Amino acid sequence: MIVFRFDNTFEGLLTLVFESYRLKQFPDAIVGGTGSQSLLFAHTFEVVTDDAKAERVWNKIVEKSSAESAHRLYRVFLSELPEAPLLIFRYIRLVVESKVNIETDFSQPVVLEVVQIHRKVVREAQRIQMFTRFQQTAEGSYYASFVPQYNVLPLCIPHFCDRFADQEWIIYDLRRNFGFHYDRKEVVRITFENLRVNPQTGQLHPSLLDPGELQFQRLWKKYYDAVFIPQRKNIKVHRQFLPKRFWSYLPEKRSF
Amino acid sequence: MISDKIFEKLRILADAAKYDVSCASSGTKRSNPGNGIGNASAWGICHSFTEDGRCIALLKIMLSNHCIYDCAYCVNRRSNDVPRTAFTAAEISDLTIGFYRRNYIEGLFLSSGVLRNADFTMEQMIAAVKDLRIRHRYNGYIHLKVIPGASPELIREAGLWADRLSVNMEIASENNLKLLAPEKNFESILKPIRMITDTIAENREDRRKFIHTGRFSPAGQSTQLIIGASDDSDRTVLKLASALYNRRNLKRVYYSGYIPVNSYDSRLPALNSPPLKREHRLYEADWLLRFYGFRVDEIVSEEYPDLDLNLDPKVMYALRNPWLFPVDINTADLPLLLRIPGVGPRSAQLIVAARRHGRLNSAHLKKIGVVMKRAQYFITCNELRAPSVQELKPERVRLMLLNQEKPADAVQLKLFHPVSALTPVLR
Repeated sequence: MIVFRFDNTFEGLLTLVFESYRLKQFPDAIVGGTGSQSLLFAHTFEVVTDDAKAERVWNKIVEKSSAESAHRLYRVFLSELPEAPLLIFRYIRLVVESKVNIETDFSQPVVLEVVQIHRKVVREAQRIQMFTRFQQTAEGSYYASFVPQYNVLPLCIPHFCDRFADQEWIIYDLRRNFGFHYDRKEVVRITFENLRVNPQTGQLHPSLLDPGELQFQRLWKKYYDAVFIPQRKNIKVHRQFLPKRFWSYLPEKRSF
Repeated sequence: MISDKIFEKLRILADAAKYDVSCASSGTKRSNPGNGIGNASAWGICHSFTEDGRCIALLKIMLSNHCIYDCAYCVNRRSNDVPRTAFTAAEISDLTIGFYRRNYIEGLFLSSGVLRNADFTMEQMIAAVKDLRIRHRYNGYIHLKVIPGASPELIREAGLWADRLSVNMEIASENNLKLLAPEKNFESILKPIRMITDTIAENREDRRKFIHTGRFSPAGQSTQLIIGASDDSDRTVLKLASALYNRRNLKRVYYSGYIPVNSYDSRLPALNSPPLKREHRLYEADWLLRFYGFRVDEIVSEEYPDLDLNLDPKVMYALRNPWLFPVDINTADLPLLLRIPGVGPRSAQLIVAARRHGRLNSAHLKKIGVVMKRAQYFITCNELRAPSVQELKPERVRLMLLNQEKPADAVQLKLFHPVSALTPVLR
């Protein structure tokens, strides 16, 4: 059995593809991270991420398939599903070795699976755009945090930059422990050492909040309660559109 | 600090506005020019959902719930003893910005009861929107309700600040409007609708000629009809809707099942619960008009003026016209495919694309997304034929379909589902 190990980055995975072709060894399994456990009976290749090699693979996908196809693979990678790296590897092999663009060849199970995972990732990214709730901090900037199912925060950043161009904000992924900070000019990726946030609600410690913030949340809840029409109550549909895992982060679903 | 007064005003004026069902925030794509707040996303983003399953995209409020009119169906009618209040322009724009900056909403939906007269009300509403656009440099979505009777100059100005304008028809026929809202008349409602349609068309023409012409109501106009407050048949409702789509270019007609808010008024029918099922069927029929190429008289006729509540209008059409079926999936053209119960626009297009690679059978159709439990009586494909509606007779198929039909959830359908990637096409 041939195993490749990479550093869990997308560039690392693309480098892995490059190395695999160079060595003419194709993996039966791909593992991420620096874990030291060696697999019994397996020949393990360690891949050292190289941006130049990764870029060549990326360009190859764009050339033989399409730019959208390459971006789609990146989004599938962000799903962080255990099967994603090997699936992406197999997809790239199909792309490289086929004469025609296989992007829409859904009779290939690999292509179908990529499209299906991709759809789930995009949907999660849309939900983040819908359900992000900023809190105003004492310094006047805005903060939001939550726990997305997939690692979709990077996909949502352009949307937030365009919409909230004139306010300083931070959006933070509590599970993956990183976020983005926007200072009205540019966005930087950040990591907090000791973040004073309630992990259940994504709420900043009250001492960090603007004095009027909780009132605004209460006001929003007031609005939410007022627009409900009891004669039309339909909890099933409500839950379908607003999955329960988001509730604790939403002021309108909290009781004050 | 937010005063208690604002809390109370918001509660009253949100409650007063909630019976207006329009929630779309789509139709305009506009980037932030960089120095302001907000953009408009072409597909619209919902931000929350109420427990009745409706989406909350816009802050939907009334400027005021004072009203000089006394329409029988309206919760804000003059003779109702409800708490009355009004927002100032600054209060509305500050609230909108406060919510928008926290990503609670996609924009503002502003409506109002009629204060003093139509023009006075319209001026107040425009003031609020202008404050938002100029003082806050707000660039997000705005839906503005036009008050029937407002002067053309004011409507023109409103359209330059807002993304979408709407005038509510509410009642589908002239005589019933006269009965329920004696102070209003049909013409005063149709006039602004016509004017908005014409101005949008002129504006499009002007923008081609001159670079610096502002956009007038770029997301078009919509309207709402109340269902079940009068004895208008579905045929009356759909004929009006179809005329509004075809002749007046409306983007949407919304149907709002009447919720008995003024049960004391004897001009209104006694309802125990809102006619949600009928509302649902009307939305289905509306979809048939807009996306399936149906004409109104194919859905409802003098003979059948109302939609069937138990089966959807497309199935009913097929059962009334059995000679059209079974349709051969592998040869029929797109308009005919769209007439098959259980086949939607997306699956119809996939069928056309996929059959180029080879003949399709029922397993393929299932994967494509065709609802076979409905389609099976109306199609033939590349395999042994199942008995069709012709052999079984429509009445029998009707009973078979009724038995598998679960009670339909009364949900307002969403026009724009989030964009999703291609569905698998089979080879």
